[in-house]
Amino acid sequence: MMKMLRDTRLMFIRNIQHTLRNPVFIFASMFQPLLYLLLFMPLLNGLHGVPGLPAGRAVDVFIPGLLVLQALFGSAFVGFSLIDDIRTGVIERFLVTPVKRPAILLGRVLRDAVVLLLQCVLITLVSIPYGLSVNVGGFLLSLLLYALIGVTMASISYGFALIYKIEDPLAPTLNTITLPLSLLSGIILPLTLAPIWLQDLAKVNPFSYAVDATRALFAGNFQNVEIIEGFAIIGVLSIVIFLLALRSLKKMAS
Amino acid sequence: MIDGIVIETKGLRKTFISKEKGGKKEVEAVKGIDLTVKKGEIFGFLGPNGAGKSTTQKMLSTLLCPTDGVAKILGYDLAEEQEQIRQNVGCVSQAGGADLASTGLENLVLQAQLYGLDISTAKKWAAEFVERFQMNSFIERPASSYSGGQKRRLDVALGMIHRPQLLLLDEPTSGLDPQSRAYLWEKIRQLKAEGVTIFLTTQYMDEADKLCDRIAIIDNGTIIVTGTPGELKSSVGGDTIVFGFSSEEIARKAQTVLTENIQLEKIQAIHNSVHLYAKDGERMMPDLLRSLDAKFLEVQSIMLSRPSLDDVFLKYTGRSLREDDRK
Repeated sequence: MMKMLRDTRLMFIRNIQHTLRNPVFIFASMFQPLLYLLLFMPLLNGLHGVPGLPAGRAVDVFIPGLLVLQALFGSAFVGFSLIDDIRTGVIERFLVTPVKRPAILLGRVLRDAVVLLLQCVLITLVSIPYGLSVNVGGFLLSLLLYALIGVTMASISYGFALIYKIEDPLAPTLNTITLPLSLLSGIILPLTLAPIWLQDLAKVNPFSYAVDATRALFAGNFQNVEIIEGFAIIGVLSIVIFLLALRSLKKMAS
Repeated sequence: MIDGIVIETKGLRKTFISKEKGGKKEVEAVKGIDLTVKKGEIFGFLGPNGAGKSTTQKMLSTLLCPTDGVAKILGYDLAEEQEQIRQNVGCVSQAGGADLASTGLENLVLQAQLYGLDISTAKKWAAEFVERFQMNSFIERPASSYSGGQKRRLDVALGMIHRPQLLLLDEPTSGLDPQSRAYLWEKIRQLKAEGVTIFLTTQYMDEADKLCDRIAIIDNGTIIVTGTPGELKSSVGGDTIVFGFSSEEIARKAQTVLTENIQLEKIQAIHNSVHLYAKDGERMMPDLLRSLDAKFLEVQSIMLSRPSLDDVFLKYTGRSLREDDRK
């Protein structure tokens, strides 16, 4: 256990150093949510009072979901960096050392989670001039949930990177996964507007629970059962997906 | 470790499942290899591309799981004691595996830490290797800026940083310029002198010949023959010795003298020279010269040529290793 912590710390430092060498990428992947904030949210303001839309101001409803979107897309493409490490033999070099196998992946997903949290805080700060009102305790708890979403998506990305080992099929695969997940999570428009079949479909999307949970947290409704649901579902999901990615890593050496 | 045996394999086999048109197909990359590598030797695994060299090396380094067979490395069981093998074996893959975005020094320190050294020891050992491999001038730069030779030096240092008893090198000098190659050979010999056992794969005959104490020639996943370079070459046939003389007459006299005095496989006078074929030309040379000297036959030139490992490969596979290279 001590060795696992030590190895994870070593791998985390190595990966965070890589990120800090090119910090511009941290901001580059924030571009999409900022565009939503700038060019799409004004539309929502215009829809105020339309039946089916949740009560409350558009910005308070939209931002928690926007951060889920950032967690989905911002972490989904980290697998490309792993392919680079596979190609240059770095992963094989790690695998012939006694380093704990989970540490190789944990060091990466934790780095990804840290980068994501930084992005979430920045986006939230930018939203304050738009009139965002947020419960601070709720926000901090939300960050934990965003981190878990980030870990889930990064693990999916690493898992496929380890299976494919080349770039070409990775991007289409990841797009095929992230797009329906985001459409079916009620981020852009609430699913209360959707026909029943679409609402049912959304119920099997774990990330729609995360959107509901973080909306409740931002509003400070800590009694809301959606919060527990969100944490439970995303918590279990992140562990399962991480273990699957770990299996791909171990399978690479078989 | 029993009797100073560092690597011992029995029937080591690896099959891959490859997907092709019309279903899956089993490809047998390594077809049952028996190998014994002794402590302190440089053991070469010589064969053309795709012979199964890298696959074998990856099995020995715990990167690939053998389909069948058993292996003991430094006395540890390959199937059961992978942790101990990883801790005590150093490994340099063909790709090298240096992290190109980081500096050489960062690579070395992290690698040492991954082997369990604390940060201050890791830095100390890394500095020692920088000194030893003369990497001072470039070690603080990102590895992406290194020349082929510099990168290779870093790769080998990464494999050695935890001071293993056994070093596995996969085609260490592949694609290097002659100078870098000679430098690396020198470093490998130094490691051997310090008692490190080295197992290396190569497709270069001169590398196997000059660097290795013993070699196994591998082709199509099977070891064809094992022995010292000298043994292998003499198994092909004898050496050729050519004495040059000042005239045909002297050459004929010399032929007579040599035939009378020494057991030779074959001897032939051609113009001013005498061609001899002998099993062990090197050792025979002094006797030959003495008997010529005794009859006052003055030798003007001597040439000794030995069979090459290519002749060995040709004998056992019916193909030339060089031909394979060109394909």
